[in-house]
Amino acid sequence: MQHTSTQDTLVGLFVAAGIVGLFFLSMQVSNLSSFGDEESYTIIARFENSGGLKVKSPVSAAGVKIGKVSSISFDPKTYQSVVHMSIYTQYNTIPTDTSASIYTAGLLGEQYVNLDPGGSEEYLQQDSAIEITQSAIILEKAIGQFLFKSAAEKK
Amino acid sequence: MIRILQYLGKSTRTSFTKLGRATYFLLQTVSGIPSVLLRPRLLLNQLYSVGVLSFLIITISGLFVGMVLGLQGYYTLSDFGAEETLGVMVAASLVRELGPVVSALLFAGRAGSALTAEIGLMKATEQLSGMEMMAVDPIKRIITPRFLAGLLAMPLLAALFSAVGIIGGQIIGSGLLGVDEGAYWSQMQASIDFHDDILNGVIKSIVFGFVTSWIALFEGSDAIPTSEGVSRATTRTVVNSAFSILGLDFILTALMFGE
Repeated sequence: MQHTSTQDTLVGLFVAAGIVGLFFLSMQVSNLSSFGDEESYTIIARFENSGGLKVKSPVSAAGVKIGKVSSISFDPKTYQSVVHMSIYTQYNTIPTDTSASIYTAGLLGEQYVNLDPGGSEEYLQQDSAIEITQSAIILEKAIGQFLFKSAAEKK
Repeated sequence: MIRILQYLGKSTRTSFTKLGRATYFLLQTVSGIPSVLLRPRLLLNQLYSVGVLSFLIITISGLFVGMVLGLQGYYTLSDFGAEETLGVMVAASLVRELGPVVSALLFAGRAGSALTAEIGLMKATEQLSGMEMMAVDPIKRIITPRFLAGLLAMPLLAALFSAVGIIGGQIIGSGLLGVDEGAYWSQMQASIDFHDDILNGVIKSIVFGFVTSWIALFEGSDAIPTSEGVSRATTRTVVNSAFSILGLDFILTALMFGE
């Protein structure tokens, strides 16, 4: 057992390397580092159709991510989709007449909520709702309408 | 006809008794864990021979697998103009599947076969019965430290494999083929979930480490104590480990990633 200390060092190195690997995976590769570390407040928007929007989809304004979708539910009274969004607290100056629309990143990319700030002097608070919304564009619907229209024009 | 039935019955009976012996062996091994934890030196020695010595093959294979994924992924994704998602593709395939599975297969070949041969030879040269004569429990002294070492080393090796592979994919992707480095990492971070992808990968690798060490140690101690018997046991270790890793991987994937 004369190599004991060398062996200790090597095993220590091995375990450290493994832990560094795991740490690298969780911090650099996954989204753990952006996991609830930022304080946020919730705002609500009601859409006629929220399309392929998912929980954790990004919420952006002017192309910058300012929050994420925290929950999506169906309102059985108004038949609308109720989208709760957590906005990071540092962006607490969003006007009350902001409009929310659901866009698609690229042609086939994921869907996200885009906020277009209005001109009001009052700002959205915790749990306040956005009044002006625009639903997701459903590609099949748009294509269907286009085909229908061009068929009608031919007649 | 009766011959065939007889053969079928016999092979069912022998496989059941083998399964029984393997389960009994596992229970004995697990019951030895507390006494091994009281003597960490035994565990450390085995962690060296099982983990440290597998370190090089795992990291080098991980690097090459990641680089191949980078190349192949780039060729396919660039057809759709989606090179930026290369990071997602490399990371998801490594963290979810290739990391745990390939490193477990390598582990079975590198460490599992060595364990079987070692235990089998100990049995053939009657070192195990010698220990029993000296009132030293060979399970606690020999088997359990190796089992625990495999269980501990496997998730570390799989994490290393994935991490090195992702870096390899990045070297090829953004170093050689011109994928934007920021897009490589940011798309990856946006799509890989800590709980769904990384933790499930770690769980997979723990299960594979458990099964591989169990099979290797059992085959070793169950080997016919001749040189031919040991060689057969070593083959069985590699073959059975590969089968159970791939089969379990299918089951685990269906359980974890099916909605």
